[in-house]
Amino acid sequence: MSYIALTYLDLALAAVLVVINGILSLALRLNLEKQLTIATVRMVAQLLLVGLVLKTLFALVSPLWTTLVAAVMVGFAAREVMARQHRRLSGFWAYGLGGASILVASTIVMIFALTTQIAAEPWYHPRYALPLLGMVLGNTMTGISLGLDTLTSNLVRDRAAVEARLMLGADRRTAMQTTVRGALRTGMMPTINAMSATGLVALPGMMTGQILAGADPVEAVKYQILVMCLIAGGTSLGTVGAVLAGAARLTDGRHRLRLDRLRQPES
Amino acid sequence: MATPHGSGYGAAMLRVRDLVRPGLSPVSFDVASGSCLTVRGPSGSGKTLLLRAIADLDPNGGSVSLDEQNRDRMPAPAWRTLVGYVPAEPAWWADTVAEHFSDWPANAPLVTRLGLPTDMGTAPVARLSTGERQRLALVRALERDPRVLLLDEPTAALDETSRDAAETILRERLAEGVSLLWVTHDGAQARRLSKRCLNVDKGQVTEGDV
Repeated sequence: MSYIALTYLDLALAAVLVVINGILSLALRLNLEKQLTIATVRMVAQLLLVGLVLKTLFALVSPLWTTLVAAVMVGFAAREVMARQHRRLSGFWAYGLGGASILVASTIVMIFALTTQIAAEPWYHPRYALPLLGMVLGNTMTGISLGLDTLTSNLVRDRAAVEARLMLGADRRTAMQTTVRGALRTGMMPTINAMSATGLVALPGMMTGQILAGADPVEAVKYQILVMCLIAGGTSLGTVGAVLAGAARLTDGRHRLRLDRLRQPES
Repeated sequence: MATPHGSGYGAAMLRVRDLVRPGLSPVSFDVASGSCLTVRGPSGSGKTLLLRAIADLDPNGGSVSLDEQNRDRMPAPAWRTLVGYVPAEPAWWADTVAEHFSDWPANAPLVTRLGLPTDMGTAPVARLSTGERQRLALVRALERDPRVLLLDEPTAALDETSRDAAETILRERLAEGVSLLWVTHDGAQARRLSKRCLNVDKGQVTEGDV
């Protein structure tokens, strides 16, 4: 592969651009230099750390360690879903519902991809499993948090309309149909938009990376198509799971709307 | 407060025993088949909470039964089909009027009697007046032929003619054996409709004469 390795001097040269950024902030009194410094240091430290972790994992090829790192990634994604909710479910559900949806959706999609399409040796090889998981998680997380956020906000807004249907003898599924459909559409829309715009507006990062690393563009594109399909699958599974579970949690067996199971939004 | 001399003890149709929920102390009463019990009390006293609890729209305790059939032994949607609830501010989930009815044309006689045009099925709900919505909500509840109706100020936004039409229609239902639990702030209306009433004050419910 015709791949050009970077020296640390190359990186130092690139950092000059960030320094210019800092000088601009000082000159124009943007007050950004402190944030900029912290962000730059974090970026470098986090990436170096990830590089070391991945290098170690690739050397070990241990199913245990790979699973452990994957679990940490899923845990962070679940936390992120919770953080993005304006109105959270009360108690453990705030974390558990999103987390369970992400876990189930990404596990199904990943095992399917790794055992059939990619067929690495062994199938759980971290070099394939972890980068793919990262991409699937990022998008599934967005779908789930958008879907859940739309569900809870719209149930609060449309409470009277949902209850009007319940009062007339509708079951909870019928009464919430419109709201649930809206939440599912919102959750899946970014993935659909990304698929239709990809290649025209922006070159996907993974594909670009492969091309920089010397891969044949058509081969890189094939990988990108695979990744897009995995993302679409993960997002739809996760969003449908989370929104339906959320709708079930916000009603009860007596077909009542239970908005008391939502926490008050923090203002 | 169970009353031995209440509205039809023994032949009770709707039977409420120790019904309790947040904001409401335990309450017991009966509404006999074909009779009306008015509900009175200041705003915020718990009248709506009482109706919602009977309709099983909020978590509540105690027992409610209709003709010896306990509410908890049937699915909630079946219960709410038998016991219809018309809130003070009816809500709408679709754009046009007809979408809220299972069979809009079949309701034409009721709609006409309430002074509404029968061609309003395609009208957008957002353009209707409060009074028009209130009458449509009544038709929507009656369409399902409930055995009991829980009415939260069903004529508050109506002019005299429409109010009389609504009262006449509901009296006919009474004659057919439907029971009514009717929240009203209008003393004259309460006296026209019933001899007994529930007085709600700060979550305490007492039964008395109108």
